[in-house]
Amino acid sequence: MEEKLRLMLKAAQQAIANAQDLEEINKVRIHYLGKKGELTRILRGMGALAANERRSYGQLANKIREEIEEALEKQTNVLKNKEIQERLVAEKIDVTLPGNIFYLGHLHPVTTILYQIENIFLGLGFSIAEGPEVEHDYYNFEALNIPPEHPARELQDTFFITPNVLLRTHTSPVQVRTMEVTAPNIPVKIIAPGKAYRRDDDATHTPMFHQVEGLAIDRQITFADLKGILQVFAAEMFGAGTRTRFRPSFFPFTEPSAEVDISCVMCAGQGCRVCSQSGWLEILGCGMVHPRVLEMSGYNPEEVTGFAFGLGVERIAMLKYGIDDMRLLFENDLRFLTQF
Amino acid sequence: MRVSWQWLKEYVDIPVGPEELAEKLTLTGLSVAGIHYLGKEIEKVVTGKIQKINAHPKADKLVVCLVDTGQETLGQIVTGAPNVKEGQVVSVALEGARLAGGMVIKPAKFRGVVSQGMLCSGSELGLTMDIIPADQVHGILVFPPDTPSGQNVKTLLGLDDVILELEVTPNRGDCLSMLGVAREVAAMFKHSLRIQIPEVNPQPNEIKEYVQVEIEDVALCSRYVARLFKQVKVAPSPLWLQNRLRAGGIRPINNIVDLTNYVMLELGQPLHAFDYDRLKEGKIVVRKAKEGEELVSLDGVTRTLSPGMLVIADTKEPVALAGVMGGLNTEVTSETTTVLLEAACFHPQTIRRTSQILNLRSESSNRFEKGVDMEGCALSVHRVAQILQHIQAGEVVAGIIDQYLKPFTPKTILLKPERVNFLLGVKIPEEEVEDILSRLNFQIQRQLSEPSGQASCLIVKVPSYRPDIEREIDLVEEVARLYGYNQIPATLPFGTTTRGRRGEELEIYAKIKEVLVSCGLNEVVTFSFINPAVFDLFDLPQESPYRNTIKLQNPLHKEQVAMRTTLLPGLVEVIQRNFNRRVTNGAIFEIGRVFYPDPNSRVGFGQAGYLPYGPALPEERMVLAAAGTGRTLNSWHQPATAIDFYYFKGALEILFAALGLVKISFVPSLKEPGFHPGRTAQVTVNGNQVGLIGELHPVVLENYDLPVPVVVFSVDLTKLISLPRKSKTYAPLPHFPGINRDIAVMLPKDIPAEEVCGLIRETGGNLLRNFRLFDVYQGEQIKKGYRSLAFTLNFQADDRTLTDNEIVVNVEAIAATLREKLGAELR
Repeated sequence: MEEKLRLMLKAAQQAIANAQDLEEINKVRIHYLGKKGELTRILRGMGALAANERRSYGQLANKIREEIEEALEKQTNVLKNKEIQERLVAEKIDVTLPGNIFYLGHLHPVTTILYQIENIFLGLGFSIAEGPEVEHDYYNFEALNIPPEHPARELQDTFFITPNVLLRTHTSPVQVRTMEVTAPNIPVKIIAPGKAYRRDDDATHTPMFHQVEGLAIDRQITFADLKGILQVFAAEMFGAGTRTRFRPSFFPFTEPSAEVDISCVMCAGQGCRVCSQSGWLEILGCGMVHPRVLEMSGYNPEEVTGFAFGLGVERIAMLKYGIDDMRLLFENDLRFLTQF
Repeated sequence: MRVSWQWLKEYVDIPVGPEELAEKLTLTGLSVAGIHYLGKEIEKVVTGKIQKINAHPKADKLVVCLVDTGQETLGQIVTGAPNVKEGQVVSVALEGARLAGGMVIKPAKFRGVVSQGMLCSGSELGLTMDIIPADQVHGILVFPPDTPSGQNVKTLLGLDDVILELEVTPNRGDCLSMLGVAREVAAMFKHSLRIQIPEVNPQPNEIKEYVQVEIEDVALCSRYVARLFKQVKVAPSPLWLQNRLRAGGIRPINNIVDLTNYVMLELGQPLHAFDYDRLKEGKIVVRKAKEGEELVSLDGVTRTLSPGMLVIADTKEPVALAGVMGGLNTEVTSETTTVLLEAACFHPQTIRRTSQILNLRSESSNRFEKGVDMEGCALSVHRVAQILQHIQAGEVVAGIIDQYLKPFTPKTILLKPERVNFLLGVKIPEEEVEDILSRLNFQIQRQLSEPSGQASCLIVKVPSYRPDIEREIDLVEEVARLYGYNQIPATLPFGTTTRGRRGEELEIYAKIKEVLVSCGLNEVVTFSFINPAVFDLFDLPQESPYRNTIKLQNPLHKEQVAMRTTLLPGLVEVIQRNFNRRVTNGAIFEIGRVFYPDPNSRVGFGQAGYLPYGPALPEERMVLAAAGTGRTLNSWHQPATAIDFYYFKGALEILFAALGLVKISFVPSLKEPGFHPGRTAQVTVNGNQVGLIGELHPVVLENYDLPVPVVVFSVDLTKLISLPRKSKTYAPLPHFPGINRDIAVMLPKDIPAEEVCGLIRETGGNLLRNFRLFDVYQGEQIKKGYRSLAFTLNFQADDRTLTDNEIVVNVEAIAATLREKLGAELR
């Protein structure tokens, strides 16, 4: 009996060691330890033995079962590890193959820049106002202190629909419309982004373009405040180190008027082709709202003051992205648009 | 305005160089757009007299000139210039000389003949057509015959000068003159001006025997000054005078015309010289033109005049377009011996309108439009007389005619110095305010209390040449610009804190852009113009409301003559342009306005959302439109997706979901002009039509030369944003698992899927939470004319796990309904 058990253990150990995969191991387990397995078969012969013999053989059989089980478990682990290793090898992928293409579109660069400008001024407490693109002469010119025959009209070559209706040449009419509905209440703090139109077509002008007009009216708005707000804008838009320069200029609807230059974004003011060696780039026009404009729109210039500014979105987009021909922005070549 | 550095220095001391002056001018309001160093490259070019011209022995087109350049021997120079003659004084570049453009001269042989240098053309000295006669730009530049040989040509031609190119703003007409710029420079540096103009032969009033001046409309001509010159010898001007004109950008013509231009450049007063003998009865009448009257202007063009224009006439006919251009009939020519000189002051708007209508701009009209100094008329004719005498070009007849019916009265303006500080946010002492204004020739009187208050106040008298100064704020600007904008601090406004709002509409438009970009569409921006010819390409019927456009009176291009009523043609053009550049796959969208002339003839979508911009203005509506063609990119791991109807439909569905719009449907639309009748749907939200989606009709594609299908959609956003949107609320998560069942039904293929879905939704009742159409099959295993639609149905209850039996009952009910209503067979 003992002999039989020892032989079986040896055979089982051999079989376990020979097993190549988990399936074989399972077969070995069933063959030796299963209900109808070798061990059961041998132990069935124990009934003929004396009680004390039965106990000692029983103990031996249990020990052998434990040994087999241990060997099984050990080999199972070995084989499991092997199997995982093999699987890992088999599952290897080329991680350098390209990933999935997520077909994302692109915002037009003018929109992106507009959002940036809007967000800066929203953060400064300015709200957004809009107005019509087909506009009355009154709002586009007269209410901005540009009466008929004023020489300033020739600076803005205008598209006319009728003698008194035109395509707005700037977004400044929104200033007037806003003041008209707000006066005499203060404060007014708006920006007016939108399209404007002039009869111009070359590398730096297109017949349609985008402007952002700004307007602030309150009891104590000063030219110094205008400088402050625009300096914040320049630093946010072009980077913290950006310097600004204010030059006297002329717009009929502001006085004093100024043109604002920023230190060249390409050469940091050293002088380059983009800034025509001057180190400065003109980015916007601005000034204190002309008292006549305030009067016409229902404010008393002795009680309130204000500033206004207007900037060209395409110009800023061109500077930020290094675009050298404005017309590219409206050709809408997808190879161009998908760069932004 | 071109300002000569050398000339400017005659009027005022300038303690800095040209570059720094330019910077200072720019920062006080006279923007300098460019600094030109004339002749900076030119070296060692001298005058030479051509003593002899010999034929070249071997070349017909070349000649050999012997030139006296003031050296001991004559120089031998070969030239091909056609305009050389013996006795001419020309400019000679000898060995080692440098020309404009940097070319250095070396001796050379031309077909065997040695040339020791070259004769220079105008262009080789940097002179262009607008300032020298055309034949001397590329031909040899010729000097007056009495010019000595061996002179430095650079000095002789005033090319050792620097020109500052000023951009004068329209309010500063006074700075369209050397005097005006000199005044600014003097104010800037606290220097005084040097200019003295004596009165020449003011008495006795001999001129009255020759000339009479009559002004018919004083409102249009506030002053007319005339002088007469006799024994005039019309000839080329002396070089110094020519140089000045060239520096100012004006081509010398003859001494009389040059003198008028010289004084105009110097003092800003446009002047005109008439050939007195060609004026009928020696009479000048300033009057409005008569309807249909004609005048041949100095440029040789016959101008038809209208009563809005002001003319200078004699007793018979117009002799000049007042303030714009003289007439050919009284032009000063080499025959002229008596000259009538005019210095007048015309109504700026009238001059502007005249030159606009005639499309005729001149140095003169440019100045009159911006207003000339009424007080300067007499001074400028004295200046002409003074120089005329100096250059011995004629005799000055004693006396002047001065019709000055409404003399200038100086404006006075009250200025509170603290108003300056309040507006600018600075603390400029009162004395400095006064000092700045005095330097600008404002006369100041102090008043200790102004009528209404206690503040001290300045009474400021405005010089006659500053019509732009009208009220207090104009003086504030004068102080600010001379004080220096960059001296003013930068502060942030204080006062009521405001919250910046983008506004609901713009937030929605931004959301739309975000969603569509996520769906792979690229945003484009196209012009708002439309060429009505595209309506034919789109095959729109004549009565289509889209054809009713707003027309531009003065379009720039023929493709841009009207305002768009739809975005689609613009987008299809973008697709076409890209396609022609071999970019054949892509989807684009745009949000922009369309324009309808008459609010009552609105296209398509009813009355909602009209933007109330006031009477007489067209309706502007915001529209979203898209166009696409081709497919998305495939890769080794992903199939390509066609950019077709369903791609765009999916984008719209996800967009509407993102906006919280409910009850979206796509209703087949069979008769949409320009669209494929089998592939087009009206888009409705809650029963309101908001747009269209579909493929373009093959005929339209052909019209655009597009060999591939193009899908488009267009949505009226003005309408869309007026519709109710669902706000987001939380729905509790289910406690019990849901169960999915797939069913496939076969039915006639003309039955729209939407109908099947509606029945499933109805029949499925409460327990059917969701379902999805995941397959459409047509083919061998399906009856002809039929198709199979496969759905995944998702059942769920809130209070229990559903039993198989409940599911089976529901699925059978759905199948039964589909069978009964649509003849569907379960597969």
